[in-house]
Amino acid sequence: MAAPSVFLLAVSGEIESGEFPGFDDLYCKFSFVYGQDWVPTAGLEEGISQITSKSSVSPTTLVWNFPIDITFKSTNPFGWPQIVLSVYGPDFFGHDVVRGYGAVHVPFVPGRHKRTIAMFVPESTSRLQQLTSWFTGRRPEFTDPKVVAQGEGREVTRVRSQGFVTVSFNVITKDLHKLGYDVGQ
Amino acid sequence: MSAARPSAAAETEAVRELPPVPSTSRTSSAELSVRQRMREKLKAARTKAEITLSQEDPSSQPRGLKGTRERKPGVGLDKRSGNDKSREMPEGDSRLPSKVKFRDSVKKLKQKSTLQNDFPSEEEAYNFFTFNFDAAAEKLKTGAMKKNGLSEEEEVEEECDETHEDEQEEDEMDEDVCLVKDDLFIGQTDEDLVVVKPVDCESYTEQLKREKEFLFIPSMLAVPASEKMPRNMQPRYLEDEGLYTGERPFVTQSNQNILENRILRQDQGKEWFGDDGKILALPNPIKQSCTRPPIFSLEEGLAPELETVYRKAIKMTSTNQYLVGPGDFQGMFQLDIDISGLIFTHHPCFSREHVLAAKLAQLYDQYLARKQKNLTKLLTDKLHALRSAVQYSMEGAGGDGVPVAQQSIPEYKMEIRQTRRLRDAEQEKDRTLLKTIIKVWKQIKSLRDFQKFTNTPMKLYLRKEEVDQKSDEKAYEAEIQAEIKELLEECMEEYEKKMEEYKTELRDWKSWKKTQKSKKKKKKDTLVDEESEDHDFGEERIKPIPPKVANSLEIEQQVREKAEKCRRKPGEPILVPELTLSGSITPTEQCPRAEVLRREDVKKRSAFIKVLFNSKEVSRTVTRPISSDFRVHFGQIFNLQIINWPESLKLQIYETTGISSTTLLAEVFLPVPETAVLTGSAPLEEIEFSSDQRVVLDHEGVGSGVSFSFEADGSNKMTFMTSGKVSSSVSWAVGEKGIPLIPPVSQQNTGIPSALKNIDAIASIGTSGLTDMKKLAKWAAEAKLDPNDPNNAALMQLIMITTSGEAHVPDFFRLEQLQQEFNFVSDEEFNRSKRFRLLQLRNEEVAEFRNYKQVPLHEREISEKIFQDYEKRVQERDVIDSKNYLDAHRAVVANYLQKVRESVIKRFLIAKHHFILSDLVNEEEIPGLGILGLGLFKLAEPKRPLRPRRKERKKVTAQNLSDGDIKLLVNIIRAYDIPVRKPVMSKLQQPSKSSRSFNEMFAASPSAQSPPNSPDWAFNQVLVRPFVEVSFQRTVCRTTTAEGPSPCWNEELELPFRAPNGDYSTHSLQSVKDEVFINVFDEVLHDAVEDDHERGSGIHTRIERHWLGCVKIPFTTIYFQARFDTQEDEKLLQAAEKYEAECTSKFPSRQCLTTVIDLDGKTVFITRYIKPLNPPQELLDAVPNRSQTAAELVARYVALIPFLPDSVSFAGICDLWSTSDQFLYLLAGDEEEHAVLLCNYFLGMGKKAWLIIGNAIPEGPTAYVLTLEQSQYVIWNPSTGCFYGQYDTFCPLQNVYCLISCDNIWFNMQEYDSPGRIYFDISKPKLWKPFFSRSLPFPGLRSVQPEELTYEHSDKAAALELQSRIEKILKDKIMEWRPTRPTRWNRYCTSTLRNFLPLLEQNQGKDVEDDHQAELQKQLGDYRVSGFPIHMPYSEVRPLIEAVHSTRVHTIDVSNVEFALAVYIHAYPQNVLSIWIYVASLVRNR
Repeated sequence: MAAPSVFLLAVSGEIESGEFPGFDDLYCKFSFVYGQDWVPTAGLEEGISQITSKSSVSPTTLVWNFPIDITFKSTNPFGWPQIVLSVYGPDFFGHDVVRGYGAVHVPFVPGRHKRTIAMFVPESTSRLQQLTSWFTGRRPEFTDPKVVAQGEGREVTRVRSQGFVTVSFNVITKDLHKLGYDVGQ
Repeated sequence: MSAARPSAAAETEAVRELPPVPSTSRTSSAELSVRQRMREKLKAARTKAEITLSQEDPSSQPRGLKGTRERKPGVGLDKRSGNDKSREMPEGDSRLPSKVKFRDSVKKLKQKSTLQNDFPSEEEAYNFFTFNFDAAAEKLKTGAMKKNGLSEEEEVEEECDETHEDEQEEDEMDEDVCLVKDDLFIGQTDEDLVVVKPVDCESYTEQLKREKEFLFIPSMLAVPASEKMPRNMQPRYLEDEGLYTGERPFVTQSNQNILENRILRQDQGKEWFGDDGKILALPNPIKQSCTRPPIFSLEEGLAPELETVYRKAIKMTSTNQYLVGPGDFQGMFQLDIDISGLIFTHHPCFSREHVLAAKLAQLYDQYLARKQKNLTKLLTDKLHALRSAVQYSMEGAGGDGVPVAQQSIPEYKMEIRQTRRLRDAEQEKDRTLLKTIIKVWKQIKSLRDFQKFTNTPMKLYLRKEEVDQKSDEKAYEAEIQAEIKELLEECMEEYEKKMEEYKTELRDWKSWKKTQKSKKKKKKDTLVDEESEDHDFGEERIKPIPPKVANSLEIEQQVREKAEKCRRKPGEPILVPELTLSGSITPTEQCPRAEVLRREDVKKRSAFIKVLFNSKEVSRTVTRPISSDFRVHFGQIFNLQIINWPESLKLQIYETTGISSTTLLAEVFLPVPETAVLTGSAPLEEIEFSSDQRVVLDHEGVGSGVSFSFEADGSNKMTFMTSGKVSSSVSWAVGEKGIPLIPPVSQQNTGIPSALKNIDAIASIGTSGLTDMKKLAKWAAEAKLDPNDPNNAALMQLIMITTSGEAHVPDFFRLEQLQQEFNFVSDEEFNRSKRFRLLQLRNEEVAEFRNYKQVPLHEREISEKIFQDYEKRVQERDVIDSKNYLDAHRAVVANYLQKVRESVIKRFLIAKHHFILSDLVNEEEIPGLGILGLGLFKLAEPKRPLRPRRKERKKVTAQNLSDGDIKLLVNIIRAYDIPVRKPVMSKLQQPSKSSRSFNEMFAASPSAQSPPNSPDWAFNQVLVRPFVEVSFQRTVCRTTTAEGPSPCWNEELELPFRAPNGDYSTHSLQSVKDEVFINVFDEVLHDAVEDDHERGSGIHTRIERHWLGCVKIPFTTIYFQARFDTQEDEKLLQAAEKYEAECTSKFPSRQCLTTVIDLDGKTVFITRYIKPLNPPQELLDAVPNRSQTAAELVARYVALIPFLPDSVSFAGICDLWSTSDQFLYLLAGDEEEHAVLLCNYFLGMGKKAWLIIGNAIPEGPTAYVLTLEQSQYVIWNPSTGCFYGQYDTFCPLQNVYCLISCDNIWFNMQEYDSPGRIYFDISKPKLWKPFFSRSLPFPGLRSVQPEELTYEHSDKAAALELQSRIEKILKDKIMEWRPTRPTRWNRYCTSTLRNFLPLLEQNQGKDVEDDHQAELQKQLGDYRVSGFPIHMPYSEVRPLIEAVHSTRVHTIDVSNVEFALAVYIHAYPQNVLSIWIYVASLVRNR
């Protein structure tokens, strides 16, 4: 067999739970952001979870257990996939508002990994806007949730951290080592 | 317990014999009984064993001894004083045995009794307790006495203790009992029982001796290096060898010595020492810098130790060199600054005379200075002295032959030469200076004569000092002779030297020649290898030339010439200039006006000086007028009381003109005086200043920074800057007691903490010092920087370079010196690799690679082809390719456009990476109060209203789109006025034909010869059967066929959309050039059955489609997103912004356009584009006296300029407006350019015209032109040339937003905006809101348009050539599209059509059909012709092909079909081409 020309990265796992003190009835969207040399070959690269409510069992965590399963092929480790999470939920008036954005790279090393992502939301530009956005339920949102996976242009935004999401990944790679990339297992 | 023991022990011993107090006796006796029993048993067992033991071992003595000895330590350890001990010991010793004995006996008795009875009888008890004897009684007494002093509690306690003690003792006794029992009856003496020995005490020295065996106390003395080093090794100091050994952590020397000594004791201890004989140590890891613990939060819940505590600010002790610490404040110090005056060496008010006078004064000063030094005389004297010395030594040499003198002669000679050279130079300088002084004085004199007044009191006297002619001549000659002699000598020396050289060279040459000759001979004999011979000859040496002998005559001539030049001629009087200020100045009244003005101006001016201490103004002089000789006298002394050593002293010279204006002329830094400079002894110093201000004056004053000339012809220009001298002195004041008031000197040098100075260069010399190499080097030397420390490497290298003087300071600053180390591949490899190149190009967002996906991993997988297109483009950027354009001019334009496009795109790409908040975050605007109120009101609204209103949804950007995800939906609803087929029979009837359709159409109906009873006729009953075909990106969709001229389809067509390169980003989508073609066809059914016999069995029809017309909708209209950039006058821009905001707030849907962006990317106010311009004269000449027709012709001309939407060329960026001349040059533009040009033409033709900004179908937002003709408003579509009345319902213009003229903008404030429903009367501000009004008048903005347009005449020949080429291309294309069937061309028909096309052009495609049809029918009688002329403006070939393809003429598949295709190009001025294509298919009738 000829030498491989691409390497594969299979990621499965789940968005396990989130911790958003003070918020309830949240759901979570995920999508993968990857470089130009990456192509998803199987699985979903975007998804939206069910709404989950807090329970008396564990009043701080909101459990989604939302599975992710995707396989990429790539020719270049540049632009390694990142999972972008955005969490939404109703506010006081029942408007659907964003509760957090966050992103994390898919781990390089094959095996099982657990990541806790600190989430954040963009801040209103002024107090007045904060007030009105609270009233109208149209809080500032990123035009594209994927901006949290890139560094460009972030300097113009102001964000506030808000909650955590725990994601577990099971990573399998194929031919990565053969192509000369050492992930230091 | 043990802690309390010692004091108690003394007592217990004393109280031991105390009988128990009766009160406690009972309990104790009870206890005793229990214990007794236990003891009995134990004792029984023990005695048994002991008996057996004693029987076995007869020497049981030690036991008793042991008992006594055990007691001893108790005594020894007793806290009693040594005296007591020694006193009591013998007593105790003697007493003890008896006591023991007694007690034992008692015990025995007791035991015996207890054996019998558990409880002792009262008598026994009494006896036991009261039985008293000897010393114990006394002791008891003292004990009792003691006890009385104690409290009751203690008593009890002690008693308890006692009982315990007793128990213990009893235990011991028990043992003793048996011993005693044995011993007692053996009858041993006391001595046998107790051995008395002195205390076993070791002497201290002995102890030390013994300790020495175990302990080692390392010495604090330094260890000699030899011990630390291996044998026969010298310590090696790496630092001296130039290697870096960091700084060692600080350890005191004694500790270090101790450690060394300790280590040396160990085995292999030497391993711990380095080569330099010191203990190995890592460099000190501690960086000396201040840190401060992070403070996390000031919120509550703070740990108490982190709470902030307020402390009042304390003055820090000095860290600044200039500050006196609070501790050593020694009172005020005083600095005296004496500013005596100011002299201008140049001033703008200087007249020419002043300039010269200043120059003269300067020269004179120079002269005086030189005279004082009198270098010439000095050097001359020296020369004489040297000469005489030489002479003397020469003479002396003859007599004595002193070797020392001999040796020094050449040295002397050398010196003479040098001195002579110097003297000559000085002499020359003197002479030229004198000459210049005289020259300047002459200039002044001539100037004074010329201007007829005198400004300066300067006068130069030249005093002549007569000299004795003869002696002078003699001296002169002697001098010259001496010089000649010396020079000759010199020359001779040189000659000799050269001769020597020559001789050696000649010798060499000769020897070489000889060898050559001998070689030659040999070779001639052997005749081998001539080539080498030639080679040798080629190397022939040149014979050395003997040096020339110096010519004494020549030398003499040289010397004389030089003397002439720089020396006074013999006999000439010595001139001594003397400058005096004794001249008189012409009074003002006698001066010309310009001079009077100048003098008045000078009078108005005055000057003052500010004194700045440490850059702070501390005082200033009084303002004094500038005198007519430009001197200002201040004569003020300022006493500055200071605490600190001054950082800087600065004077600022100000000049005031008139009353108000004050200008800073210059700043002068005063040196801080040495400590020895005290008031009274400080000399006045003149410090020069100059200013670079440019001053132009309108009177005699020459100004500053302005060039002027003394010559009449204005040559020899000079430029002077305002300059002058401040005379001042700075000194330290002297206090009352004669103590100078100077801050302590020590601060100056040692004030800086040396540690800080060493660490940070910036701290010690300031940032500016870093650029000053000398300073830096000095600092480095002072700070004793370790040159080998890697931290200092960069600095050291820099200093080395600058101080060595070999290499100059690099004029670059290297940011990343270590870049090389971080490169992961070499540049070479990087450039060679295709993969890296691909990645790099993609990263640079080069168009071809911007969206390149999956760059292959391996080099081999990348084909060279990938780069080919890109390289070709890069190479051919400047090469004009005429193949695709058939027309040189258009090729040039296309190239230019491509370049503009590239540069704009590049700029856009940069801008794209620059984000603003709204690009990243969606945030609601702050609503107004009203909206906020409404919002509150909304809360009360029902959640699900009965009549829900549609809410605008947020724009969602495309995410993860791929081909096939996007579809283009086209709704075909209905059509009006479809042209109908003309039945042959009704030929005479007037056809109902629309004159409004803007695509020419023509449908030749079946030939007249067809029989009326033909089945065709049945189908032709229907006038027309139209259907619509929509094509986009070569995908075709069609509707069903409808019937009649006003069909209604109501169908939705779905077309898939593919983005270029699969890139669905905004800017990529906007650059989609594809157009949506909507074609209307007439479906014609022909009976295909050619044989009448078959008619009964089936229906065979052939469907033919006849193209009726088409609409093109560029994709950019469908997808358009505006994006703005900004740069005109800030005020105007603000006004424009305000205006736009006001307008759009009232009518948000109406576009308000005030500024646009020109080709340079700058914002331009829109009215600047409107200006009357001349249309081509040819067009006006064509239709004289008919303004309406001329207007139509002009509109047609404009429409013929090809259309190119900006959004295609400048994808996603902005709408660029080009001026009319640019537009005509580019021959491409979109609606705005067309409209602007048309509007300008109309204005040029004297019409009233405006630009309309509005919305039209199908263009979308667009620009039209409005004209007022005979009190009627006419709307012109500039891109088609059509015009419409205001109330024309078929006017494509749907909404009118703004009107623009050359001097104003009007915004539509009316309720409606469709042209039919509005008034165009712009004079009513209620209907039309003007931009420039009374409050903001039109500022007279200059137009960006050219003054006049010039037109090139059309090139007919080129047009003809192009015509034939296009025809050929199109024919080839049609054949290409019919790959399976043969394509025949009907030449006859083609030529007919070709003749017909110019006619169409002439009539602009109108009203020629009937004639044409008739003619065609006549000429092609037996053919059924189906075809149409297409009219287009010409830009390039591709759209022509596209248009022909979309007519689908080629799709006809009748077997015997023939085709005809004709092209006609009409050339208008400026290379505007109108192109006509006639395509037709012919089917021969049977």
